[in-house]
Amino acid sequence: MTQRALATPPRLPPQPPRSLRFAGMGKSGSADRTFGALGAGAAGALGLVLIGVAVSVARIAWPSIQASGFSFVTTSVWDPSRGVFGALAFVWGTILTSTVALILAVPIGLGVALFLTDLGPPHLRKPVSSLVELLAAIPSVVYGLWAALVLAPILRTTVQPALAKIGGPLFRGPNVGFGILCASLVLAIMLLPTIASVSRDVLRAVPAELREGALALGATPWDAVRLVVLPHARHGVFGAILLGVGRAVGETMAVAAVVGSRADISPSLFAPGYTMSSVIANEFPVASSELHIAALAEVGLLLFVITVAFNVAARILVARSNKSAAGAQA
Amino acid sequence: MLESAEASAKMRADKLSAWFGDKQALRSISLPLVERKVTAVIGPSGCGKSTFIRCLNRMHEVVAGARTAGDVLLDGKSVYGADVDPVRVRRRVGMVFQKPNPFPTMSVRDNVLAGLRLSGITPPDPDAFVEEVLGQAALWDEVKDALDRPGGALSGGQQQRLCIARCLALEPEVVLMDEPCSSLDPVATAKIEELIHDLRERYTIVVVTHSMQQAARVSDYTAFFYLGELVEYDLADVIFTKPSDPRTEDYITGRFG
Repeated sequence: MTQRALATPPRLPPQPPRSLRFAGMGKSGSADRTFGALGAGAAGALGLVLIGVAVSVARIAWPSIQASGFSFVTTSVWDPSRGVFGALAFVWGTILTSTVALILAVPIGLGVALFLTDLGPPHLRKPVSSLVELLAAIPSVVYGLWAALVLAPILRTTVQPALAKIGGPLFRGPNVGFGILCASLVLAIMLLPTIASVSRDVLRAVPAELREGALALGATPWDAVRLVVLPHARHGVFGAILLGVGRAVGETMAVAAVVGSRADISPSLFAPGYTMSSVIANEFPVASSELHIAALAEVGLLLFVITVAFNVAARILVARSNKSAAGAQA
Repeated sequence: MLESAEASAKMRADKLSAWFGDKQALRSISLPLVERKVTAVIGPSGCGKSTFIRCLNRMHEVVAGARTAGDVLLDGKSVYGADVDPVRVRRRVGMVFQKPNPFPTMSVRDNVLAGLRLSGITPPDPDAFVEEVLGQAALWDEVKDALDRPGGALSGGQQQRLCIARCLALEPEVVLMDEPCSSLDPVATAKIEELIHDLRERYTIVVVTHSMQQAARVSDYTAFFYLGELVEYDLADVIFTKPSDPRTEDYITGRFG
C-alpha cells in the first residue's frame, strides 16, 4: 500500500509558469500598500474629526466668546433670560464632584488592582477581574437612575444626617439627598472600574523578577508592593488616575440626574450644584436664544479642552511607565 | 552515599517532590547541603534544578498552582512546618536569580539596604555597612563613586554582584544561586565564580548551573538531576572523574543535555 503510494505520486495540478509563480508576492506587496494607505487614511480621518469637532464647536460658541469674554470663566451668574452667562459655578461643580469622587475611588480602585495582581488569592483574581469589567460596561444612565431612586434617599435619611453631626463647611446646609455628594458618590462608583482596570494592567507590567527579588529578601507581599511594585508603576498608576479624572469631568447623564441642577458655588457637599457636562445636557434641549446655545457650546468647548488635556497627559504617563517597565526587563 | 556530608548538612531535602499544577517537576529528592561548602546542582534544561532550589527557600509556592510534598530541613527543623512563616525562611536562606534584578527605582546604596529596611533595621553606620557588604560582593571598588545611581544603571555583571550584596546584607545562613552567570559575559562570570569561592568561608552555598565547567570549578559537592530525579550526588571530584551512574557520565561527557 505504502509502496504503491510511493510508486505513483498523486497528480499535482500543473505548475504555473515560473513568471507567474511569484506573482502572488507582488500582489501581496501592493495589498500591503493599499492596506497601509487605508489605515493611514482612517487614522488621519480620526484626527480630522477631532479638529473638526473642536473648530465647529468653537464657531457655534463664538457669539458667546465675544459677548462674555473672560467673565465667562470668572463669574457664576447664569441667567439665560437676561442673557448673562458666567460658567464658573459649573467649573466649580465639576472640580468639586470630580475631586470628591477621586478621593473615594482612587484608594479603592488601587486596592482592587493590587488585590488582583499581588495580594488576593489567585483563584479569586479572575472572577473579581470580570466583575470590574462588568461594572465598566453598565451604561451611565442606569447609574443615574439608580442614584436618583436608591442612593439619594439613603443619603437623605441616613448618611447625610450622620455627616451633619461632624459638621464643618463640607457637611452643612439643607439635606435633600440630591446634590454634590450624591453626584460625587455615583461618579466614584463609575470611576472605580476605570481606575482599577488600568492600574491592574500597569501593575501587571511590573516584571515578575522584581517581585520575586523582593520576596526572596524576606518581603511580605505587601512589602513587595510598597518597596518595588508601586514605585515601579507610579507613572502608570498616576496615568490611571488621570484617565479617571477625564471620565469624571466628562460624565454627564448620571451626574445630571442627581447633582441638583443649581448654578451655585458652595463648599458644602450637601448643596445642589451643577457641572459643565450636566448643564449642557439639561439646557440644550430647551435653549431658545442663539446666545444661550453659544454659551452652552462654549461650556462644551471648555470641557473638550479639559478632557483632551487630561487624556493626553494620562496616555503619556501610562506609556512612559510601560516603557520603563520594559526597559528594566532589558 | 557520603555519610560525612549527611552529618555536616546545614540543609537537607527529604523526599522532596514539587508540582506545577498537574505536572510533577521534582520526584522525591533527598539531598544534604553541606555547611560552608558549595553544592552545585547540574542537569539539562527542565530537569528540575531551579525548582529544587526554589523549594529550599519556599519561593516555589509563589507561582500560582505550584505545590510541594516531602520536607526541607534547615538546622534539622522543617521549613514547611505549619508554624513556619516563609518570610522568615527567606531571610535565613537568601537567593540570587538567573537574571540580575536590582530594584530599578532604588539607588545602589538603597538596593544594599533594602533587605534590612524590610526588617525595620537601620544599621548604626549605614555608609560603613554598605561599604562592607559591597566589599564582600567584590563590587565596592567599582561602584564606590556611583552609590546614588540607580541599580539598573550598572553593567550586567555588576548588577548581579549588587544582587549578591543585597542578599548578603541580610547575613543569610544559606545562599541559593539560580544560574547566576547565565546572562553574563566570561569576564563577569569569572568574577562571580571567584566570589562564590570566597563566600564559601562564611555561607552555605547552592549553585544551579548548566555549565559543567562552572560546577567543576566552584563546587565541593555536585548533584546531577535528570527528569526531576536526583541521579547522583557526590564530591565534585568524584562526579567529574569517576561517576557511578552511566547517565551522569553521558551528561558530563557531553553525550546529551
